[in-house]
Amino acid sequence: MNHRNAWTPWLFIGPAILLLLVFAILPIFVSLVISFTDIDLVGLGNWDAIEFIGLENFINLFQDPLFRQSLYNSLVYVVIGVPLVIICSFSIALLLNYATSKLFTIFRVVYYVPSVTNIVAIAVVWGFLYNQDVGLFNFVLDFFGVDPVPWLEHPFIAKLSLILLAVWKGLGINMLIYLAALQSIPNSYYEAANIDGANKLQKLRYITIPSLSYATFFVTVTTLIGWLQFFEEPFVMTGGGPLDGTMSMALFIYQEGFQYNEFGYAAAASLVLFILIIVVTMVQFTFNKSDKD
Amino acid sequence: MKQKLEKWIITLVLVVGGFLVSIPFFWMILSSFKPEREARSMPPTLWPENFTFEHYLNLFQNLNFGTYFTNTLIIVLFSMLGLLFNTMAGYGFAKFHFKGKEAVFIGVLATMMIPAQVSMIPVYLILNQMSLTNTMSGIILPGLIAAFNIFLIRQFMTTIPNDLIESARIDGAREFRIFFQIILPLSKPVLAVQVILTFVGAWNSFLWPLIVANDQGLYTLSVGLALLQGQNASSFALQMAGATVMVIPVLILFMFVQKYIVQGFNTTGIK
Repeated sequence: MNHRNAWTPWLFIGPAILLLLVFAILPIFVSLVISFTDIDLVGLGNWDAIEFIGLENFINLFQDPLFRQSLYNSLVYVVIGVPLVIICSFSIALLLNYATSKLFTIFRVVYYVPSVTNIVAIAVVWGFLYNQDVGLFNFVLDFFGVDPVPWLEHPFIAKLSLILLAVWKGLGINMLIYLAALQSIPNSYYEAANIDGANKLQKLRYITIPSLSYATFFVTVTTLIGWLQFFEEPFVMTGGGPLDGTMSMALFIYQEGFQYNEFGYAAAASLVLFILIIVVTMVQFTFNKSDKD
Repeated sequence: MKQKLEKWIITLVLVVGGFLVSIPFFWMILSSFKPEREARSMPPTLWPENFTFEHYLNLFQNLNFGTYFTNTLIIVLFSMLGLLFNTMAGYGFAKFHFKGKEAVFIGVLATMMIPAQVSMIPVYLILNQMSLTNTMSGIILPGLIAAFNIFLIRQFMTTIPNDLIESARIDGAREFRIFFQIILPLSKPVLAVQVILTFVGAWNSFLWPLIVANDQGLYTLSVGLALLQGQNASSFALQMAGATVMVIPVLILFMFVQKYIVQGFNTTGIK
């Protein structure tokens, strides 16, 4: 288009580009450089105190039992959490797609609301519900004659408790994505299947699920990336405990960086997380491609 | 007949599921009006027997929640300035041709892949170099631009006819006047969704204010609430009141605007 001045487009994109350069692009390089140094709080004030230490941070990381624990925990979060989110949000979307009445619109809001509410507030509330002595969950279980569950007091159960909360929180947004995808499936597919005498299960298996492969791919990738960065829930509810059972990689990075001020060490850990995210995403893209072939 | 039964079963499943999903919210609100002793009594009461506002008064009178509330609102306000920058950039990428446009745009999209944990340490060091740690600017600046928003807005802007812009130029309108008086009003549908999501994002911001603010006077509601949870771990009713203060504004906003968000999802092309 013929705008008069070559600088005009830059007036529009300039502010955004400048901020992205300083706060998104530059940090990647800074992160890369400092991960090979021993920068800490002293080094922050006095650059002469910073030393280049090569791969030492990375070697130390993989010998650090806490970091290995956080890697293992993140793996558990992903392996259990991601399929749960996909199955639950898909099922709810299917149910919500059954009718278009006012009632169903209200339910759409009800199921979506957890995903827009503040995660810290939610974590605080769930912490109360999970309380071993005065929490609602154990009271209800007790009512049915079940022994109290140490929701946040046992290393493995605590992981599951955090997953349950995160699934609840993650339902809404993924359900909306599935709902949009469901509504874009042409009705003619189902009509054709009706003529062929297909039953409900067959229609689900041969029309609905294949038509949603892109939505499933999108949900899987974003959920995976989100769960690898799991932070607020363990930060507010368990602080990584008990016995580091809920320590996530993101929480590890935060603690090393901003509680112990080991910036170089934390930056190295963050790069490991970054590489993990890239690898996982690439694997997803490859799978998605071979699906299509 | 079979159809009707099916619909009844599905509705019933949705009702039960919806109730289960909403329990934390009911419990939060009801508990926030109970005296502390009642909130932790066993068996729990459902409805507050001794209805009280004491926790809300406590939050705002003794626990600085008024300051946190103001700080959160300031962040929300500036996030709208960020949205303006995002919108300008989206327009720039959609409607101008210039050297290097594709490369710059790919660069913008690439920033979406950077996780918060990777940038938080270097961004902190950069802000420290600029003497902006523990300042409101330091809290606000890094979050102003979001590549994903630029992308969505650009997608929408490409659908605006070029002729409209050309004829405004021929009439002698200047570029920013075209943007504010023609483009923005035309972009209401996409902007409505963006405003809501930007509001919710800024309202809920936690990790970054937690890192940058050392001074209580700069805390946001999220940070204040997390702090409250750490310090008054045993005071459940008080925590529930704090959580309610955080959650209710978003819930109310959302009731009014949910239809735009759902529409927005259907039009922005995530299918």
